[in-house]
Amino acid sequence: MEINETVLKEEERIAFILRSLYRQYGFLQYKMSKFEEYDLYANCRDFLVSDNIITFTDTNGKLMALKPDVTLSIVRSTRDIPGYVNKVFYNENVYRVSHGSHAFKEIMQVGLECIGAIDDYNIFETVLLAVKSLSAISPEHILSLSHLNIISSLLAELGLDKEEQKQAVRLIGNKNMHEFKKFCEEVQAKRNEPAARSIDEVIDILMLNDEPSKVIEILETKGCDAKAVNELKALTTMLNAAGEGERIVIDFSVVSDLNYYNGIVFKGYIKGVPESVLSGGQYDALLKKMEKSQQAVGFAVYMDFLERYFEKDEPYELDAVIKYDEDTDRRYLFNAVQVALNKGLKVTAQKEISDKLRYKTLYRIDEYGALKEVSNA
Amino acid sequence: MLNIALPKGRLGEKVYEMFEKAGYDCPSIHEKNRKLIFENKEKDICFFWVKPSDVNIYVERGAADIGVAGKDILLEYEPDVYELVDLDIGKCMMAEAARNGYIDQIQRTKRVATKFENIARNYYASIGRDIDIIHLNGSIELAPILGLSDVIVDIVETGTTLKENDLAVVEKIVDISARLIANKSSYEFKKAQINAIADALREQTEQRKEKA
Repeated sequence: MEINETVLKEEERIAFILRSLYRQYGFLQYKMSKFEEYDLYANCRDFLVSDNIITFTDTNGKLMALKPDVTLSIVRSTRDIPGYVNKVFYNENVYRVSHGSHAFKEIMQVGLECIGAIDDYNIFETVLLAVKSLSAISPEHILSLSHLNIISSLLAELGLDKEEQKQAVRLIGNKNMHEFKKFCEEVQAKRNEPAARSIDEVIDILMLNDEPSKVIEILETKGCDAKAVNELKALTTMLNAAGEGERIVIDFSVVSDLNYYNGIVFKGYIKGVPESVLSGGQYDALLKKMEKSQQAVGFAVYMDFLERYFEKDEPYELDAVIKYDEDTDRRYLFNAVQVALNKGLKVTAQKEISDKLRYKTLYRIDEYGALKEVSNA
Repeated sequence: MLNIALPKGRLGEKVYEMFEKAGYDCPSIHEKNRKLIFENKEKDICFFWVKPSDVNIYVERGAADIGVAGKDILLEYEPDVYELVDLDIGKCMMAEAARNGYIDQIQRTKRVATKFENIARNYYASIGRDIDIIHLNGSIELAPILGLSDVIVDIVETGTTLKENDLAVVEKIVDISARLIANKSSYEFKKAQINAIADALREQTEQRKEKA
């Protein structure tokens, strides 16, 4: 039996498209259990989007958790083979507290991870697949790219130490430059050492949000972290060559926790959806924290918004309802249902009709077994 | 069309004046009627008034692309939005206040009455003080007078209410003023318009500061 695409919900249809896209690029599907040992998350709590985790005690007394995240499980189970890159994708439900409602929610997440001897090509391929994933959801999308090393070297030039950088990064993430300025002024007043760059100049750089070539040109003139700028340049040149560079901007307010992420990070937006639908980047620091020597890059697409923003309102649930009674010949009834099915209609046979049922046409069966239209609903 | 959520009340009117001065006016807003939404098709903008503590919700959930909210609301609800400009109006502070002559008994858990639970919790956690939060929805000043709490954490504008009730500020927690906020996704798709508004409002703020 062939699958009729119209029966798929939007999120299911897109999940299928994404899964086949990742398969084509040689990623293998990673299947995991709904539960993980709680310890896995307890050690890397800040890595999780929310720190609330549903826990329970297993029959052997172990504290278990309903997985709030997929990445940590994948990282833990990945074997270290020198020179090799493990490429996996997943389509899993995770359990998190949603930001707005403060209640636990089941969220479908599709994503991929590259773990191993990561090079610039792996990073390019990951970002390329992120853009292609957004394209599959809607043509009106934007991928915001950032490089954490550029941000941290700018902050170091202002004289901020590691702890202060973390606070500053939070403000940068909110484009809150008035408080950023105040914070840096306070730190500098305390240090009383000349900074390598003025706060206003750093703010001008951090507030850039434009197509990559323009931003990179400014970064080069301003003499920002040359290695990181070159990485961004090589990446965006490759994306342009792949024909996927058009809907990419560089925006330094895309920041992630410096404890876990490093290098290239990105977020994807879809017009009409109020929050980012895709988020990812390089997370070598997380692997180091989990005592692994590999590097990693990946992203996740949050599917829970698709139902809310892309599901069309349908005027009818069914095309046809065939009303029959005790006296109706069951062979006639079956034939009538077959006739409707062959026309490609969604049909149900009922003796009584619920007033909640939304249908297009009501039929009955005449004494010769033919379908007769009763009325338009 | 750019949707702008403004806080109802005196602060909102001041904010609207700033928009008007920046060239983002909407004359129908001055008409006396019960309309909730005001459009200026030519400028491609649309204003609506909402309860001050709801502005962050409208903006975070994308019903408004930008809005103006007090820093108190942003600190309390921590919405995931961009905070683009400190408008430097509606200025006041969040402070801990108590009855005159209050002495902090550090050996006891401090009882704190407040409407701003999150702000209070974060503040006392940052100084490592054990507290018991008593959430009240209004007339917070009554709590220490009646012995319901040791201190209050609340917005202090002029300090008159405190003074009239024999209360005084013990510690300033944070300065508060109105902020221009933007939805993160809207910003990506409407950044030219949002940046133009942010720049115009920032410029007015700078000018006002220079004059003062």
